[in-house]
Amino acid sequence: MPKQLFEMTAHELAGLLAARQLSARELTLAVQERIGAVEPELHAFILLTPDLALGQAEAVDRARSAGEPLHPLAGIPIAIKDILCTKGVTTTCGSRMLADWQPPYDATVIDWMSRAGLVFVGKANMDEFAMGSSTENSAFGPSRNPWDLDRVPGGSSGGSAAAAGADCCILAIGTDTGGSVRQPASFCGVVGMKPTYGRVSRYGLVAFASSLDQVGPITKDVTDCALLLGLVAGPDPLDSTCVDREVPDYLAALRAEVAGLRIGVPREFFEYEGVRVDEPVAAAVWDAVRRLESLGATWGEVSMPHLRYLIPTYYLIAPAEASSNLARYDGVAYGHRTRRAVSDIVDMYRKTRDEGFGPEVKRRIMLGTYALSAGYYDAFYQKAQQVRTLVRQDFMRAFADYDVLLTPTTPTPAFRLGEKVEDPLRMYLSDVCTIPANLAGLPAISVPAGCSGGLPLGLQIIGRPFAEETVLRVAYTYEQAAAWGRQAMPVSEVSGRRAVVQTAS
Amino acid sequence: MPAARKREQVRLSKEEVEHVALLARLELTAQEQERLTEQLNSILDHFQALSELDTSAVPPTSHVVEITNVFREDEPGPCLTSDQALSGAPDRVGDTFRVPRVVE
Repeated sequence: MPKQLFEMTAHELAGLLAARQLSARELTLAVQERIGAVEPELHAFILLTPDLALGQAEAVDRARSAGEPLHPLAGIPIAIKDILCTKGVTTTCGSRMLADWQPPYDATVIDWMSRAGLVFVGKANMDEFAMGSSTENSAFGPSRNPWDLDRVPGGSSGGSAAAAGADCCILAIGTDTGGSVRQPASFCGVVGMKPTYGRVSRYGLVAFASSLDQVGPITKDVTDCALLLGLVAGPDPLDSTCVDREVPDYLAALRAEVAGLRIGVPREFFEYEGVRVDEPVAAAVWDAVRRLESLGATWGEVSMPHLRYLIPTYYLIAPAEASSNLARYDGVAYGHRTRRAVSDIVDMYRKTRDEGFGPEVKRRIMLGTYALSAGYYDAFYQKAQQVRTLVRQDFMRAFADYDVLLTPTTPTPAFRLGEKVEDPLRMYLSDVCTIPANLAGLPAISVPAGCSGGLPLGLQIIGRPFAEETVLRVAYTYEQAAAWGRQAMPVSEVSGRRAVVQTAS
Repeated sequence: MPAARKREQVRLSKEEVEHVALLARLELTAQEQERLTEQLNSILDHFQALSELDTSAVPPTSHVVEITNVFREDEPGPCLTSDQALSGAPDRVGDTFRVPRVVE
């Protein structure tokens, strides 16, 4: 059976569009039809933007007819995490606080994607203010995993990953503070990449933890990831932490070639506080190591002793930054304001924030405020920043001997809805394999690594700062060698309460 | 049995949780306060593991990118109009945000 349009990758479709065998309008309609069929069960989106999408698609078709030069991704439908500001289009960040907010400006990545002619199909669901690992913290209800509707798609960019995994878009974009692109990509059987901190502009990305947040692509294969990263990466005068550094041709880095590559396998990623990652998850990583070894790479085990302090370090730094960033939601300049009677302005702030924020956001604001408060700053926040230095040093030592590190993306495949909601600490532990790259600011990708019990697994590849090309090359080589690309990757069909996964045969 | 590793316990009382809530400009119901006291204590207990590390000689990392100040010429460029800046205001009067009285 030939592939449906919505199942295809951007680089496949780009050829058809350029050859005028397909119009952007036809492609957009095909994707919208797919969304119509599965969205009622999947709930990947907070807002669908069908008119905006068709307008953008028709503009691309007109430009092509007029012979104007177009970006290779012009006319390709993309799902946008609802944390990126879209001018005049409601941007909720998964929160009641911003339920009706229409930003007066575009995020830089939105502006660049818009100029390149990408087609915005909708704003994807997410955990409130990107705090969570399952989308269960969304004020607008959770998304479902396209491989099993009783399971979570991961988070916080769970809507983006579910949309990509269920072919409700060709490309998706998310943000990653402690794994929010890679963990859901792994759970939904797609590729997700967090670039080096400073590689992509954060302007117009609703801030969670500013020293950790980074925008990243969620795509159906590594080639599409390279294409989208190439578009959104690069210096931006509107973000002073966005590094002024040339963007390489990431597509040119995609050679199936790892001869001489040195792979480190850090043992701390396989066990945290005595809990080992699931056996099939570990087996998938070792399988990848052996495949790459057979292609000429060498490998060795490495130890990163300070990773055992990962969870406290991250869950002090991120909430501390969040408590400061989220102080802006005070019911004055934009967003929700209480309608209850108030005695004074502080009472107005407190009632507004009580109504606008959900339980996890309140918990993290409380934790962060406490960690920054007088008398506890040194013991908690300062201490966590010092341990962050030790974690970075562990990585730098590992990268003296190795070019990339191979690890699981998550300790388990997708878990069930409701399984961890009541126990915040257990939920936090689902990010143990992804957090290290955020603390150290390193580029890291998750690529599909087979299935266990009908659920996708992820392989994580971590590289040196700004070594996206190496990370992409290794991911591409593995993707080609493992050959579960998109062919063997089951295409999920949502029917009734369960997703029926058809294996290609 | 080897001597149990003794950690200094941080125990947040309900009063302290209420104080932090005031600092954070959050209003908590009695139920939320109780729940948060319990959850924050459990999280902070877990976080005491950090205290076993000697970090006296370790500099803190607040930021991983080695950039300090980024300068540009101070030239006016395009910016939001008052109407755009006020477009999301829950309550406005003319070109201003309206808030409850702050100064008596």
